[in-house]
Amino acid sequence: MKDEDIVERIQKNPKFLQFVRMRNNYSIILSIMMMIVYFGYILLIAFNKQFLATKISAGAVTSVGIPLGIGVLVFTIVITAIYVRRANTEFDATKDAIVKEASK
Amino acid sequence: MIKLRHILFGATALLAAGFVLAAGADLGQAQKQDTNWTAIVMFAIFVGITLWITKWAATKTKTAADFYTAGGGITGFQNGLAIAGDYMSAASFLGISGLVFASGFDGLIFSIGWLVGWPVITFLMAERLRNLGKFTFADVAGYRFDAGPIRTFAASGSLVVVAFYLIAQMVGAGQLIKLLFGLEYHYAVVLVGAIMMIYVLFGGMTATTWVQIIKAVMLLTGATFMALAVMFQFGFSPEAMFTKAVEVHAKHDAIMSPGALINDPISAISVGMALMFGTAGLPHILMRFFTVPSAKEARKSVAWATTWIGYFYILTFIIGFGAITNLIPNPADYFVNGELAKGLKGGGNMAAVHLAKAVGGDMFMGFISAVAFATILAVVAGLTLSGASAVSHDLYASVWRHGNVDSATELRVSKITTVCLGIFAVLLGIVFEKQNVAFMVMLAFAVACSANFPVLFMSVLWKDCTTKGAVAGGTVGLISSVALTIMSPAVWEASLGNPKGSAMFPYASSAIFSMTAAFLVIWIVSLLDRSAQAAKERALFPAQLIRSETGVGSSSASGH
Repeated sequence: MKDEDIVERIQKNPKFLQFVRMRNNYSIILSIMMMIVYFGYILLIAFNKQFLATKISAGAVTSVGIPLGIGVLVFTIVITAIYVRRANTEFDATKDAIVKEASK
Repeated sequence: MIKLRHILFGATALLAAGFVLAAGADLGQAQKQDTNWTAIVMFAIFVGITLWITKWAATKTKTAADFYTAGGGITGFQNGLAIAGDYMSAASFLGISGLVFASGFDGLIFSIGWLVGWPVITFLMAERLRNLGKFTFADVAGYRFDAGPIRTFAASGSLVVVAFYLIAQMVGAGQLIKLLFGLEYHYAVVLVGAIMMIYVLFGGMTATTWVQIIKAVMLLTGATFMALAVMFQFGFSPEAMFTKAVEVHAKHDAIMSPGALINDPISAISVGMALMFGTAGLPHILMRFFTVPSAKEARKSVAWATTWIGYFYILTFIIGFGAITNLIPNPADYFVNGELAKGLKGGGNMAAVHLAKAVGGDMFMGFISAVAFATILAVVAGLTLSGASAVSHDLYASVWRHGNVDSATELRVSKITTVCLGIFAVLLGIVFEKQNVAFMVMLAFAVACSANFPVLFMSVLWKDCTTKGAVAGGTVGLISSVALTIMSPAVWEASLGNPKGSAMFPYASSAIFSMTAAFLVIWIVSLLDRSAQAAKERALFPAQLIRSETGVGSSSASGH
């Protein structure tokens, strides 16, 4: 079957738009989470240095800001991995089903 | 009031300086060190291996598709390493560890900034780029837009970013060779230009990819060894490491908390935006998504890239603290005249290199120096390739010849462009030798986030976007980001030597204004565009949506 016909059939399939909307919402929610974490950390540095300088426990040298900062790095890696895992399994399966349905 | 203004300017200038330091390229003027033969020999071995790979890659580089995208045959894991190799620059290694060495905590702020753009690419761009694009990111916007104007704009955006980045890298190479190998500035510029041209001309994307992979593996291995050696000294207890660092560092407990780097929230957010969204507009990074066979592999590559880059930044933080705890107690070995007050031999950027000697001896220091320098080759090769593809694929094949051009001719044009870009890079490297080029990388990121990113984003995700809107908004973003960056304190005062307080634009980055302006103009002009062409472009959106979301009809990369 030609690509044009498949495209036309996918376009008519309500499942497709539903799928795109669902996945876009997911992408946007994760993007917003990333922005909140990053800009939140930056604004914390701008407005509340004392909090970041607080020690993690009495008598310790390590300040709260260091695990938090490393935490932002780790969060960035983890949130990317979470998205990719879901997209490569669940989303791709849904997408493949829609394309397959249109190719019949 | 005047005093307050002064402090504010001081802080923004410092922020900008730090931003730039971590950014990549500029390592400042360096003092030539003693000739380091170990490092030179190790570097020669690296060049030998990579040239041998280039010879192999040349046999696989026959068509334009091979040249631009390695035939689409790179796996997600390999591409992830190559992206990391493309992105981790010499200065993010030497600069960030140097910043941690100098002020502790503040170095972490930059590491974070350099990483947060990756999820944005993953969630919003990677898959759609892969599905819509073929060779350049202009293919994505060019799917439904009028090829002439949109590709001319996209190629300009790419070339501006590539040019600024290239100059910064070349000058950085010249300064580094003095520091690391103890050789003359001009050797570096000519050497980098020549070797890079060999990689790109003969091996195209295949050779460039493998150079980036090898460099990434070497850099990650070397940095891992250093970080482990440091952690081993403290029984793998961060607390013990920080305790010792606070004890020996002149700033004592201040290295555990944020310094004066971020005081002005507008600058902070603006720099943050430039980093976050600029990464998603760098042509040499975007181009890497066309080298994998499918959207799935594109996602895998960005997940691996984020992991490696994030891991690398955690290592540089440990390396910076390792430098504090290892170097400061031994001023005789590592400091000018053995005096702490006079600073590290070769300057603050040498912290990681001296630490390499402290934990691994002369051989290991040679290895780290060679890796740091090899880093520049990998970045420069990627930049040149993306610049060459913008000229040959977008300007020559699509705009000038309206797509009526065979693969062999297009390939020839890319190779001619590669030579021109190589010569251009060498000449500019020489011209800018004595200049402070710190702001160049900042300019590249400002343009990437204000011109390239909004156009890509809107063309893919907004159905009513039109050519007129995209070109108008992108142009506004391009011009305003360059103009505002030049008027900012870091360029106007620190680089161009105008008096303090004379900068017309008070913030450290233009992004918050120029990127917003670009989006607004794209939106308004597209809404007002009632032409027949606009109607045609809007009608194409559903088909574009299906292709970008499912990959149906997208080139399978290899054959096209």
